[in-house]
Amino acid sequence: MSVDKATVAKIASLARIKVSDGELEAMVPELNGILHWVEQLGEVDVTGIEPMTAVIPNTLRLREDVVDADPLTGGGKRDAVLANAPAAEHGFFGVPKVIE
Amino acid sequence: MTDVTELGVAAIREGVAKGEFTAREVAEAFNANVAAAQDALNAFIVATPEKALEAAEKVDADRAAGKELGKLAGVPIGMKDLFATHGVQTTAASHILEGFSPQYESTVSQKLWDAGAGMLGKLNLDQFAMGSSNETSYFGNVISPWRRNDGGNAPLAPGGSSGGSSAAVAARLCPAATGTDTGGSIRQPAAFTGITGIKPTYGRCSRWGIVAFASSLDQAGPMARDVTDCAIMLEAMAGFDAKDATSLDMPVPAWEAGLSADLSGKTVGIPREYRMDGMDADVAKSWEDGIAWLKDAGAKVIDVSLPHTKYALPTYYIIAPAEASSNLARYDGVRYGLRDLPEGANLQDMYAATRAAGFGAEVKRRILIGTYVLSAGFYDAYYTQAQKVRTLISHDFKNAFTQCDVILAPTTPSASFALGEKSGDPLEMYLNDVFSVPASLAGLPAMSVPAGLNSEGLPLGLQLIGKPFDEQGVLNAGLALEQRAGFTAKPEKWW
Repeated sequence: MSVDKATVAKIASLARIKVSDGELEAMVPELNGILHWVEQLGEVDVTGIEPMTAVIPNTLRLREDVVDADPLTGGGKRDAVLANAPAAEHGFFGVPKVIE
Repeated sequence: MTDVTELGVAAIREGVAKGEFTAREVAEAFNANVAAAQDALNAFIVATPEKALEAAEKVDADRAAGKELGKLAGVPIGMKDLFATHGVQTTAASHILEGFSPQYESTVSQKLWDAGAGMLGKLNLDQFAMGSSNETSYFGNVISPWRRNDGGNAPLAPGGSSGGSSAAVAARLCPAATGTDTGGSIRQPAAFTGITGIKPTYGRCSRWGIVAFASSLDQAGPMARDVTDCAIMLEAMAGFDAKDATSLDMPVPAWEAGLSADLSGKTVGIPREYRMDGMDADVAKSWEDGIAWLKDAGAKVIDVSLPHTKYALPTYYIIAPAEASSNLARYDGVRYGLRDLPEGANLQDMYAATRAAGFGAEVKRRILIGTYVLSAGFYDAYYTQAQKVRTLISHDFKNAFTQCDVILAPTTPSASFALGEKSGDPLEMYLNDVFSVPASLAGLPAMSVPAGLNSEGLPLGLQLIGKPFDEQGVLNAGLALEQRAGFTAKPEKWW
């Protein structure tokens, strides 16, 4: 499968990355080169093979159902959570207006 | 007095414990080396001499008070700038995280500080750990301290993504450093710079607080001068962490105490598929040397087959970008990091502008590939197929390990290359990880040990791959190689 300029533009939009027309032109052959190369996987017979889900067998744990079981990842951290926000306002994350 | 910057982890720890020198003297000596090399090597994004001194003074005070000292007491280290460090800028070498000051400490770095280590600074790397030459960092290339013996002085790649770590250890800016390995990012740079590095079994080291690239592959590990130093440091880094859902709930073995270079009764497998057409003659020769050394250590050497080896790289370059595209969705200009808000932009425009300005070319390329292979209509053909092939690659190793205890292979297909030599073609750069990626896909412990110099005077590494949880077997075979390789070469100081 090959991607064209319109497809790359669509992928970039899905990935929320603004790409100029010139960048799109350059990306098409680059991405096609990589995609054609990975497509060699199509020749592998995978009949009856399950896709990998966990590389090392492990069980999913449940943490104790209590508040602040681990204080590092518990609640009450508003200021720490907002400390690196580019536009924190009134204890919230500030974003451009989303409702007209 | 001894030049302490020529000492490794074990020797520094011992010297401090015996009072031959103080931890403060050690920290000062390495701080000076870090500062003196910064302009030439660019190994650090931020130096933190005050952190190194603070940790050293605590160790000296503890020793004076007769308190028990930690595993890494008095050892200053470099921290790859992928680990969140409380109050110290953490960037993943990206513009989008420039100025980000974590409000918490990663589990692995905290464990190292608890063991008595101090931080010399945050080490440069490929942006978001995506690269094999340290040429994708927003903060500039790291220059290898090594040079070819042709007198040309071409700046060489220290490997990647842990290129700051490898350059700093090789240049004696720190006795050891942390690395992370997603497809070879500890082993390949270690091989390029004549140092030792181990990626443990997936899940040994907590991923909590490490900037995520490809979560099913990312593993932290130590990079140091020798096998013993790696064993000491890995012991301090590893251990169960409830904050990482894939953390291994197993005790940490006493790897340092368990070190033994006697391989009697052990079988070493040589994967025939790694012997590729047109293999570099020096690399082939070092592999032969390695086989002879392991035989000399008492091991039996047999051929093994890993039939899906040639599919490992394309599998990796579907899975890793897919996971990256998902992980990197968090950089939105809202919660932390860069925000680019053009005049009159709405929320969607802000996301797209921020990510365009904040990510480098290689990161964008991988996000786009990942987005494409996960998109509706293509998911099964690419992603599911890759995960099935990954199962087959893992089966290959499982089968091989019914016949052998550890696998020996080269770490890289060549020695270090000049900066700019491969950066024009992404595929050519990807091929550099051909020998390291399979063990990553299978989650296995794997290590690179210096084997010798090639005809250009540059280091080559040998790789050992072990069974799941058998870091000890890998370290022991590594020690056997190290004792026989007698690698003492170091880059001549030009910086």
